[in-house]
Amino acid sequence: MFDSLDPILLARIQFAFTISFHILFPAFTIGLASWLAVLEWRWLKTGNQIYADVYRMWVKIFAVTFGMGVVSGVVMSFQFGTNWSRFADAGGSVLGPLLGYEVLTAFFLEASFLGVMLFGWNRVSPKMHFAATVIVAAGTLISAFWILSANSWMQTPQGFRVGQDGLLYPTSWLAVIFNPSFPYRFVHMVTAAYLTTAFTIAGIGAFYLWRQRHIQQARVMFGMAMIMAIFVAPMQLVFGDLHGLNTFKHQPAKVAAMEGLWETRHGAPLLLFGWPDQEEETSKYALEIPKLSSLILTHALDGEVKGLKEWPRQDRPPVAWVFWTFRFMVGIGMLMIATGVIAILLYFKKRLFDTRWFQYWCMALTPTGFIAVMAGWFVTEVGRQPWIVQGLLRTKDATSPVMGTSIAISLAAFIIVYVFVFGAGSYYILRLIGKGPEAEEPAYGDHGVEKPPIVTDLAGEKGDQHV
Amino acid sequence: MFSFESFVDLPLIWYGLIATAIFLYVLLDGFDLGVGILFPFAPSDQCRNRMMNSIAPFWDGNETWLVLGGGGLFAAFPLAYVVLMPALYLPVIIMLLGLIFRGVAFEFRFKDTGKSRRLWDIAFHFGSLLAAFMQGVIIGTIVQGIEVDGRSFAGSPFDWLSAYSVMTGVALIFGYALLGATWLVMKTEDETQTWARKCASYTIGYVAIFLAIVSISMPIMNMEIRALWFSLPNFFFLVPVPAASLILLIMIWRDLHAGREYRPFLLSFGVFLTGYLGIAISMWPYIVPFEITFRKAAAAPESQSLLLVGTVIMLPLILIYVGYCYYIFRGKASHESAY
Repeated sequence: MFDSLDPILLARIQFAFTISFHILFPAFTIGLASWLAVLEWRWLKTGNQIYADVYRMWVKIFAVTFGMGVVSGVVMSFQFGTNWSRFADAGGSVLGPLLGYEVLTAFFLEASFLGVMLFGWNRVSPKMHFAATVIVAAGTLISAFWILSANSWMQTPQGFRVGQDGLLYPTSWLAVIFNPSFPYRFVHMVTAAYLTTAFTIAGIGAFYLWRQRHIQQARVMFGMAMIMAIFVAPMQLVFGDLHGLNTFKHQPAKVAAMEGLWETRHGAPLLLFGWPDQEEETSKYALEIPKLSSLILTHALDGEVKGLKEWPRQDRPPVAWVFWTFRFMVGIGMLMIATGVIAILLYFKKRLFDTRWFQYWCMALTPTGFIAVMAGWFVTEVGRQPWIVQGLLRTKDATSPVMGTSIAISLAAFIIVYVFVFGAGSYYILRLIGKGPEAEEPAYGDHGVEKPPIVTDLAGEKGDQHV
Repeated sequence: MFSFESFVDLPLIWYGLIATAIFLYVLLDGFDLGVGILFPFAPSDQCRNRMMNSIAPFWDGNETWLVLGGGGLFAAFPLAYVVLMPALYLPVIIMLLGLIFRGVAFEFRFKDTGKSRRLWDIAFHFGSLLAAFMQGVIIGTIVQGIEVDGRSFAGSPFDWLSAYSVMTGVALIFGYALLGATWLVMKTEDETQTWARKCASYTIGYVAIFLAIVSISMPIMNMEIRALWFSLPNFFFLVPVPAASLILLIMIWRDLHAGREYRPFLLSFGVFLTGYLGIAISMWPYIVPFEITFRKAAAAPESQSLLLVGTVIMLPLILIYVGYCYYIFRGKASHESAY
């Protein structure tokens, strides 16, 4: 019965499922690590205990999220081989070193100093502990650098030659690493991660303010998050726009799908909404703003924007996916910018921390960063289809010689395990949020062990109650 | 484009580096997984807390060596990676799922009490057990040889499942249990330590038996290996490897009964080193036995050169700060004065 299973489709679903799950965690930990570093710096600088309370609450959430990020990430590092071996074979000499560098320069740094960050409170000086937090934060950014470089290369490949054996060989590492879409994607993604974290913290800060619990700590969370909403959310609009222009230059078919544009037009309209129909090659029920698309993409009212019909059918991405996920992402971005604007107004009215409806608003926006990140990745990854490496290797030619049966088994196992494990993780995070920051509490769960948390300092310093 | 191709033997260097990374993974995550394997057999909950505490700051870093092994294989020997991963599809995926349960159990167990803590205890144990078993199965599959056609795996999905690979799976469980037990002898005291000492003494016997089975079976199963080990003068150069295993095992046994705390752990490293060397020598020069040599699987010299620069700079640094982290958390795992 399994013989009819399409291994390519299953491999794609499995990859989409595992990477979508995985990206949720880095999207949160990249921002959270940087924020924790800022908190600890404020604490060391001002000696204000509130910062330490907030740090200690969030470092626990960080630990749970990071743990889930690690285990779901280890899976990713093997999937290139298990499910996409022909891609790994063709691109190995180009992409392999980038992933190798990610492990060498980021993963070890994060993994080793995370231990110090979580368990080192009574074993290293406050400065060293702060250094550990900064190192972990830097590690998350270095990791993002390499993996986004690798992904961007798949979008805009350069700096390679095709060998006689059909494999790709590097010719210039700088060209490979700093491929045309990489700087844009890197800035866009890191900013997205920061915003995702900021809106999560804003929502939880708002929850405490609304419940009138942990008011002082909640003001720190909410206030710092609003600074991000005010300044960074509008910046993201600019970064996103620049990224879009870069895509327009290098991957015009993706942009055509984002816009739902079928015919090449001068003075192309912007479709606010519509229903792209892949078969009939048209976007139905379109609600258009005339000429806006051309204006955004070419900075001229009657600039030319290529429509999807420029490409043969087999070279077009699934338009509806790209079209809709793009609108989700942009829509959420707009909500975030609006939040920043409202925050400014409330701040000047001195009502930022006690406006009830705004607290509901921010609570409602808590998960939107994650949705936007996911939507954005769907835009860029689905928009690259049918290619796995733009213009060079098709997704259907990239899979492993693995039977549909095996992939069906592994996919089912992944779904069951991920739902169970990450469901439990979410439950524990919600419980930590429910508990909130507590003054003078141990930095980390300690298995019911009194201080010092992990190991006694000296071998001679033994407890009186031996076990 | 730079390449050190004309100065050094890049594939050979990388073969050594990847082998080292995988070996470090086996050693370091080996004792983590070993602690997980022994976990439910501990005499009390306090012991289990102690055991968990002794590895909590390290497991994440230890698992990173696996990512380096996998990522490094992809980077330096892509052909080996793309043949081995599909061949070992299900064992690799099951191992990863085991590692997921093992990894999250650390975080979740901290946060819970009572029945649900028990749940994560179970997840921790079976996750460790499953990961260890599958790693053993992977070794067993590789030493039996992989079916290759051109540049891809040509076998069927369950090629890896054989009595032999199940045996090596069980063997590695005992091997890791020995590492875990000697780690606990070093990092704990009193009741936990006494118990760990007993565990180590028991597992030594099994480790010796399994090492003997593997050592005898490999030359029997494969002509090339037999020719390699039993031809003269090779035999005289190679016989110290199994002899060293035997001596080390006896030394551990004596140390455990003499009450030594550190040496059994370090000597267990030695046992793994001799076992690993034995397998590595038998596989030489193949990276996908017995089809693809490490030279054939090597990435472009430019790729190996670029990564070599990073490795030469980063690897010593990594070893230094990993060592520093072990130093920070030195000494015995904490006592449960809260109970």
